Amino acid sequence: MTQQRAQQRKAVALISGGLDSMLAAKVIMEQQIHVEGINFYTGFCVEGHTHAIRKKDKKKNKRNNALWVAEQLGIKLNIIDVIDDYKDVVLNPTYGYGHNLNPCLDCKIFMVNHALAWMEEHDFDFIITGEVVGQRPMSQRKDTMPIIARKSHADDRLLRPLCAKNLPPTLPENEGWVNRDLLLDFQGRNRKPQIALAEHFGFSEYAQPAGGCCFLTDESYASKLSDLWETRGERSYELDDIMLLKVGRHLRPLPHFKLIVAREEGENHYLEGYRHQYVHLQPISHKGPLALLDGQADAGDLELAASIVARFSQGKRAEQVVVEVVDPRAGITSLKVAPLAASDIPDSWYV
Amino acid sequence: MSHGHYELNARNLLCPLPVIRTQDRIGELQPGDQLIVTCTDPGALNDIPAWCRINGHRVVDVSSHARELSITIMVCD
Repeated sequence: MTQQRAQQRKAVALISGGLDSMLAAKVIMEQQIHVEGINFYTGFCVEGHTHAIRKKDKKKNKRNNALWVAEQLGIKLNIIDVIDDYKDVVLNPTYGYGHNLNPCLDCKIFMVNHALAWMEEHDFDFIITGEVVGQRPMSQRKDTMPIIARKSHADDRLLRPLCAKNLPPTLPENEGWVNRDLLLDFQGRNRKPQIALAEHFGFSEYAQPAGGCCFLTDESYASKLSDLWETRGERSYELDDIMLLKVGRHLRPLPHFKLIVAREEGENHYLEGYRHQYVHLQPISHKGPLALLDGQADAGDLELAASIVARFSQGKRAEQVVVEVVDPRAGITSLKVAPLAASDIPDSWYV
Repeated sequence: MSHGHYELNARNLLCPLPVIRTQDRIGELQPGDQLIVTCTDPGALNDIPAWCRINGHRVVDVSSHARELSITIMVCD
């Protein structure tokens, strides 16, 4: 047996849960390479959260797509918590943001760099991603893809199987671990080649094409995050901050406080987990939502907050609603308030 | 050799954090040990068993009480 035959080469695949990374991994597995997946959890991943919180989404499949993809491929998946390390990517992106607060190019460099560290620690040989030249406006362009390879320090150990023929040969190709002829030349935003390849491999089910997997690309979410930074006077965040931006109606009637009002039962349950950290309000004379108060509020502010929360209760047309206000440090009080009319809540209050 | 029984509190964490915490805890345990993960995210009901199947561990019991789920995992080789 030759040395080459004795040593099976190993690749770590960035698995997002979308179709492209699934196909990229499969293309390389077809060449008898041992593949394991890696998935990074930044805190901004759409995956799972919205489905898990909202009752109206109960019928949606609550699976984690990255795990599901790994299971379809028959590979191991390592999910890595990068919440803290990722902050610098969000707060100080070298290459700036996309349309919203999405630092896509810095994000990809970060992920490939972390995959490289994992690869070296676990004695793997190279990294694969599902990137396609020309598919994404920031991180998947002919001029930015080499930047990812260089700045991540992966260099020629980064192989993009779906578009490899449009790029210079990488180490796995040059060393003969991978046959370049069997790699692909996809480019652009056309999804037909991916769908055809999925059919070829017998993948009849897969997650929707990539692009909607990060809250930072979402205009509404980015607006809430900007508001958080602006009102705190500093660009920083903790995990709870960014989780709460995904839940409820956010209303800022005054600069020094914001209300997070649950929209339905699932969100009520989720916000209950934060009752010990925040002043919170809930109607007790009528059925109504739990609301967290983020910021500082005096007695007059609490009256206003209670009348807003009452607006979203079943007593919104009642003359008076009793709202319980719980301050984890100061105790419980009840306020009798007149619910605000819809016309009393200006659009500008909605963050 | 006796095997250990361990518990992991993953309440109020949304997926994939319960999976990540499970993955990290199991990495510290020995084959034959059992880990009971308690969580509140219904998504964990799919994700933790999926992670176990992928990584060769065995779910031996799943139960729910109020809005909490308990998933018992046998750590395998």
